[in-house]
Amino acid sequence: MLELRSVDAGYGSFQALFDVNLDVKAGEAVGVIGPNGAGKTTLMRVISGLIRPSRGSIRMEGVDVVATPAHRIVSLGIAHVPENRRLFPQLSVDDNLKMGAFMKEARGTYAKRLDFVFELFPRLKERRHQMAGTMSGGEQQMCAIGRALMSNPKLLLLDEPSAGLAPVVVQQVFELVKRIRASGLTVLIVEQNVQQVLHVVDRAYLIEAGTIRSSGTAAEMLASDTVKEAYLGV
Amino acid sequence: MTGQGRLAAWAVGLAALVALPFVYRDPYHLHILVLILIWSFAYTSWSMMGRFGLVSLGHGGFMGIGAYVTALLWNHLGLSPWIGIPVSMVAAGALALVVGYPCFRFRITGHYFVLVTLALSGIVLQVITATRDYTGGSLGYTPNRATTNKLLALQFDDKTTWYLIALAVWLAGIVVWHLIDRSMSRYALEAISEDEDAAAAAGVDVTAEKLKITLISALMTALAGAIYCQYQMFITPDTVSGIAVSLQMVFAAIVGGLFVSLGPTVGAIITILLAETLRIGFGTKAVGWDNLVYGVLLVLFIIFLPKGILGSVLDRLKSQRKVSRTHEQEAVKIAR
Repeated sequence: MLELRSVDAGYGSFQALFDVNLDVKAGEAVGVIGPNGAGKTTLMRVISGLIRPSRGSIRMEGVDVVATPAHRIVSLGIAHVPENRRLFPQLSVDDNLKMGAFMKEARGTYAKRLDFVFELFPRLKERRHQMAGTMSGGEQQMCAIGRALMSNPKLLLLDEPSAGLAPVVVQQVFELVKRIRASGLTVLIVEQNVQQVLHVVDRAYLIEAGTIRSSGTAAEMLASDTVKEAYLGV
Repeated sequence: MTGQGRLAAWAVGLAALVALPFVYRDPYHLHILVLILIWSFAYTSWSMMGRFGLVSLGHGGFMGIGAYVTALLWNHLGLSPWIGIPVSMVAAGALALVVGYPCFRFRITGHYFVLVTLALSGIVLQVITATRDYTGGSLGYTPNRATTNKLLALQFDDKTTWYLIALAVWLAGIVVWHLIDRSMSRYALEAISEDEDAAAAAGVDVTAEKLKITLISALMTALAGAIYCQYQMFITPDTVSGIAVSLQMVFAAIVGGLFVSLGPTVGAIITILLAETLRIGFGTKAVGWDNLVYGVLLVLFIIFLPKGILGSVLDRLKSQRKVSRTHEQEAVKIAR
């Protein structure tokens, strides 16, 4: 579904990604793990077009993502849940969700998508008129994911969904990810919480200093010595 | 208020406004009303951007272009304002795009955007002053009196005609405000003002949305300048352009209320009545006092009434209605 080939990307003269190759097949959940500053968020931003690669190609179902303007990438079926949620804090939950269906293609199915999101996250329905910024961290994460789901995506990019949340809420967020998978979506998830994420995804990539160091199935990664030593602390 | 009730209220209010000059003919008061309507339109134009966090201090520039281009084309080329006004609007729109595009493309936001637009105001003022051979410089400029066809020259002697023109233009401004308020652009711009990245990730073309609202706002402001020029038949760089005029727009829109359609109109009523009262009450002893009062009021408003007078009043009414409604609901429950 999504394929990255020898992608370089960065900010100004600073290069954050080096020769990244990555594949996500339809129906899969894929994790990207690695330490702070490894380039995980940059990887997400380059896929959703918020920054552009300096080299390499990105294709979504065969369509060249690099040649698509950023605001059109959503219509390719890629929805990005940015790091730290990035809700519109002064807007109501309803309006935040409405923004998720901003693309012309999504406006027609707005009511249907809203039902779907409310079914997935009943809590959001209770809070629909509340200002998004006043909700708890976990609820805000639901709202951010809900907003992304409003565009009827095929691929959901989740950037550190557990960041800044209490441990018990982190559990809940990973439960959410499982439910989203069960609804048939393809998920690419970036996480520092390696232990947790490897229990949710099928495959994972380990990224360090902007380069893919290793990849494999979740079980392989859990068993791998490098991952164990560096990230699982065992 | 229900949709129909609101529409009826607007219709009654408008009918009263249209009928007013035929019933009440005091020329001084009509003059003040025309000024209020023209400036209300200018402030409404500014608030189109201002309400989405796009604080521009460059609107004095757009207004100056509207006024001067129209007058210059008439005096030097004999071009009727009916053509001159659209030309001046296009000129202001083009300038808005030239300044806006790089700002939005390269994410010049917040204070930096304010500074860029501040420079724009200053530049337009300087250009008008410096080209004094054509524009009369700081002494001001008067469109030539039409001798034959007054309609072609858009010059009218009676206040009633001007009142109706100003009323129509003001109403058009309010209509545009509401059209935008109901469009998806409003959601896009609110989202952009909160978080540009998140808006872009939701599929908003950030640069295009900002350019669109800037263009609309600049076109309207230029029209306000041109109408002001045609009405007053005398313009100076300081009354239609420059930083002072830009600040006046910011002040009035904030005092009246940025987030409601009639807010800038309320702001215009207050500022113009204040200036007139000071002028009549204190005469030449109080030159510049209105600016002092503006400054103090602006500080007070930003601290205590950030939604402006009309915005705060409407908020209070709304919350009262909500309270009374919950009381009713409770009463119903108890009755059951």
